[in-house]
Amino acid sequence: MENDVAIQVVNLTKHYDKLTAVDHISFAVKKGEIFGFLGPNGAGKTTTIRMLTGVMGLDEGSASILGYKAGSLKAKQIIGVLPEMANAYSDLSGWNNLMFVAELYGVPAGKAREKGAEFLQAIGLFSRKDDKVMAYSKGMKQRLILCMALISEPQVLFLDEPTSGLDVQSARLINDMLRSLNASGKTIFLTTHDMDEANQLCRRVAIINQGKIVAIDAPEKLRLATSGMHPVEVSFSDLASPEALAKLPGVNAVKTMGDKYRLYTAEPGELVASLVNYSFSNGLRIVSLNTLAPTLEDAFVALTEREVK
Amino acid sequence: MPSGATALQQLRRSLAIARKDIRIYYSKGPVVIFGLLFPVFLFLSFLIGRHLTADFMMPGLLGMILFFTATAVSPIIMPWETMGRTLERLMSCPVANGTIILGDILASFIFGLGISLVPIIITLALGVAISSPVILALDIILGAFCFASLGNLFSITPSNMPATANMIASVVKFPLVFISGIFISLDELPSWGQAIAYISPLTYFTDIARHCIGGQGHIPVAIDLLALLAFTILFLTLNIKLHSRTMPRRI
Repeated sequence: MENDVAIQVVNLTKHYDKLTAVDHISFAVKKGEIFGFLGPNGAGKTTTIRMLTGVMGLDEGSASILGYKAGSLKAKQIIGVLPEMANAYSDLSGWNNLMFVAELYGVPAGKAREKGAEFLQAIGLFSRKDDKVMAYSKGMKQRLILCMALISEPQVLFLDEPTSGLDVQSARLINDMLRSLNASGKTIFLTTHDMDEANQLCRRVAIINQGKIVAIDAPEKLRLATSGMHPVEVSFSDLASPEALAKLPGVNAVKTMGDKYRLYTAEPGELVASLVNYSFSNGLRIVSLNTLAPTLEDAFVALTEREVK
Repeated sequence: MPSGATALQQLRRSLAIARKDIRIYYSKGPVVIFGLLFPVFLFLSFLIGRHLTADFMMPGLLGMILFFTATAVSPIIMPWETMGRTLERLMSCPVANGTIILGDILASFIFGLGISLVPIIITLALGVAISSPVILALDIILGAFCFASLGNLFSITPSNMPATANMIASVVKFPLVFISGIFISLDELPSWGQAIAYISPLTYFTDIARHCIGGQGHIPVAIDLLALLAFTILFLTLNIKLHSRTMPRRI
């Protein structure tokens, strides 16, 4: 194995009765990388992360973390985990939750207190550390769970939807912390629904759909590689027919977005000319016309829908 | 096979889990009801109106209180962790499944051990002599661990409802109390009753207690101790095998 690889996954597979939730996926995450793992609900993201963190056994294939077999005590010792929908113990204070996890990782008490205070300060929870977790908001709980994942100073972090459903301030705090952790050399494996977040944070992303990986690349490359999906946004002085717009030359798809229409094409320049002609021939005035760069979301939708078809 | 250092490290982590369980679960309603109130009221309902000697009464009271207290905490921990969505976080830590299970059993064991002091103090306050305090102490320690392990088996079903585990526990615990020589000594049971009594670990615990308090045991103490040890090993093995299978289905 190359020694710059943090996470190595080969033919990883998981079956739930007749359903293959994760179907022979393979990928490698380099040390110091933020790797995004994207996919629609039920695509196999959480099952993959559970196999990598040793919460769930794998049925076929292999996975290793910094050379240790995923799920082994040695692999668990060097990772930090923020599971999806996980909770801290609501009957304990934030501080006691943190110290409990530190004990489970064998962090010496003095160091645990020092790091615990440092992380809680950084994430804005220090003043509430002695309150029971049941009194915390969702954002505060998620920030605490991130601190719990960091208390052992892991080399590799697994974060399953870390900012899902959080307020803007909490999400921003967490994302800032992830950037700073990555800058200090931590490898981060991140699942998210938020394309913007993936685009901003991740050096590379994998898109998984129906248990299979459909693409792995840098967000920018994935975005540009989605040929035929350049969006052109237009609005007219009056309602236009989406069916008629879909019949214009080179249009691959049309979405109605409020009073605007978003048309997807491989040739945005030619489509603009067609739209001008369409407006003249139908007695419509163009109110706005914009050619947009395809987003990671567009790439995601194109890749996952292509698989469904 | 874990090395000595790893085994010691895992034992420390089991103790951390037990401390967490003590902080969270000792004050939960089902523990107070099934672990404290139930055995006291059950015993009182048996005692009132009957003329029993303290020699006969106290080993039975000790057996029942230890049995109910040591089996009160462990059945609710796994369902509560499942319901509170804290189990996945715990399972992702560098702890073996056996470490988590042992921690939960230890929390129940300590609860049983602590509360068993109450009938011991009552015994001494009533002026009843304890003829073999060391053997009684060994009996209580082994019994508490055995019953705590049994209690943890009641939560094998991967349910997120503590009430389900308590229902299963009640179905097993109440019949065991009636066949284990607590209310009627083994000598007075018919032979078929004695045959049933021998499948209950509580029988052996109570018999040792009767040897030590009042000197009225039925089975040799060495056999009682061996039987309790065998039940403890069996329950512990079943716990690790069965919980390891059902834990991933809880998340």
